Amino acid sequence: MSAGLKFVQGNEACVEAALYAGLQFYAGYPITPSSEIAEHLAVRLPRVGGTFLQLEDEIASICAIIGASLTGCKVMTATSGPGFSLMQEGLGYAIMAEIPCVIVNVMRGGPSTGLPTCPSQGDICQARWGAHGDHAIIALTASTLQDVFEITVHAFNTAETYRTPVILLLDEVVGHMREKLVVPEAGAIATVDRLKTSLKLGMDYHPYLPREDGRLPMSDFGGQHRYNVTGLFHDMWGFPTQEPSMVHGLLRHLVDKIANNADSICRYKEYYLEDAHIVLISYGGSARSALHVVENRRVRGERLGLLELQTIWPFPYSVVESKCANARYIVVVEMNMGQVTRAVKRAVAHPDRVVLANRIDGVFITPTDIRNILRLIQGKGV
Amino acid sequence: MERCRIVFSGAGGQGVITAAIILAEAAVLHEGLEATQTQSYGPEARGGATRAEVIIADAPIRYPKVTQPNVLVCLTQEAYNKYSGIIRPGGILLSDSRLVKPQSKVDARQASLPMYDSVIKEIGKPIVFNICMLGSVLGMTRIVSLESVTKSLQTHIPGEFFESSTRALALGAGLASNID
Repeated sequence: MSAGLKFVQGNEACVEAALYAGLQFYAGYPITPSSEIAEHLAVRLPRVGGTFLQLEDEIASICAIIGASLTGCKVMTATSGPGFSLMQEGLGYAIMAEIPCVIVNVMRGGPSTGLPTCPSQGDICQARWGAHGDHAIIALTASTLQDVFEITVHAFNTAETYRTPVILLLDEVVGHMREKLVVPEAGAIATVDRLKTSLKLGMDYHPYLPREDGRLPMSDFGGQHRYNVTGLFHDMWGFPTQEPSMVHGLLRHLVDKIANNADSICRYKEYYLEDAHIVLISYGGSARSALHVVENRRVRGERLGLLELQTIWPFPYSVVESKCANARYIVVVEMNMGQVTRAVKRAVAHPDRVVLANRIDGVFITPTDIRNILRLIQGKGV
Repeated sequence: MERCRIVFSGAGGQGVITAAIILAEAAVLHEGLEATQTQSYGPEARGGATRAEVIIADAPIRYPKVTQPNVLVCLTQEAYNKYSGIIRPGGILLSDSRLVKPQSKVDARQASLPMYDSVIKEIGKPIVFNICMLGSVLGMTRIVSLESVTKSLQTHIPGEFFESSTRALALGAGLASNID
């Protein structure tokens, strides 16, 4: 049995990956179906010299990780829909102040407290537009435990690279399911360290002055340099400004640093797309049901393929467009009322060929649910 | 190997979820197989019928839930009444002879074994009832070996109960070997 082989829940895979990526500080308020992330980190994080804090609510939790990140730590919090709603103000602050952090949302049925123990993928659009104001956001997801591990590491790397919050959208199925996980050896997956300024004490440090490559070296807050951090539009020292050219420049910077790097942020997997007449597009737990259908139909010679999205935001418009170019039908499989379907329709040349296969009753979408939609569009009846 | 889909059902507290985890873990960690384990949460976890699902295969498992089990275990009458209809035709339906009164109309090979009574008589600790049941499942199906499951027991069952668990496992396997 290999050293890194484990049989664990998806939430534990996320914990293993966060530690692998160098997590040092976690603050959270437990909520189903994400609680195992807090439960396991409460044990594991102190053992590697990190800090675990359980706080009074999710507002305090996101504020705590923002503060800890500024001091130089890699940070994370985990929650579900109701807690994610409470975190939106802090999320916007982290976007504006350019503070790296990872926010895990193990989605459950909503709105409100909704269906605490049932699967859903209803927070896709909240992840995109939950925080107010124009902004860009990065949101990632995964369908297998091995992918949960890799995508969690990618989330930390992306947060550090672009100095931005990254949202990891898991769902109840993936979070609670147990299956095989092989934890890679240290170094097998590259991890991105915090980019810190080389300027010494007494030298003029500009916390919000991007380098030529667009990245902004940080200085541990409370360390060598005094600077200001604010949710207001600010200048290169971090002090508030209403000067229109600076406001315009900062907003463009916040959006462009993600939009211009969408290709390197974008992760996806594809199965049998080369000659597919019908392309299924799915993500997270739903992608497992979709792949089940594709593999079973391929055995019978039907030309089905699957495009599994791992980066939801920024939405991979060009990938979806090119992969669907020859599709007669595109079936989006998700557990909501069409939140990714809407984006897919904007991406493809023929939006009328996009069909939604969904389930919104708290039950994990089954291969039969998808097969019924396929039969309908193939004119076979259910 | 043929893909094996198992549903363990019973009441909250009987240890059906623990049994499912131990079995699936044994398949992955000690036999090099693929396995997924899921469970139903929600109101069912509070005293009503509780249900844990395991798929074991030698190829990747995509859809991880079980809609039609090859092997169905029912440890309460309520679970039997609720789930006996979902069994795959020709599958194995294992129940406890003290706790469940089987009906004849199920299209499956039914085995009603005195697992609970044997555990009380031979070991005296009802807490290992679930492990005895797991032994019977292994005795009937040979999905994974008793040795592999014993290794999993070592990591899941605290010290003082490990010995009685291994006895319960052997007891359950023995009960299964007595049926035709």
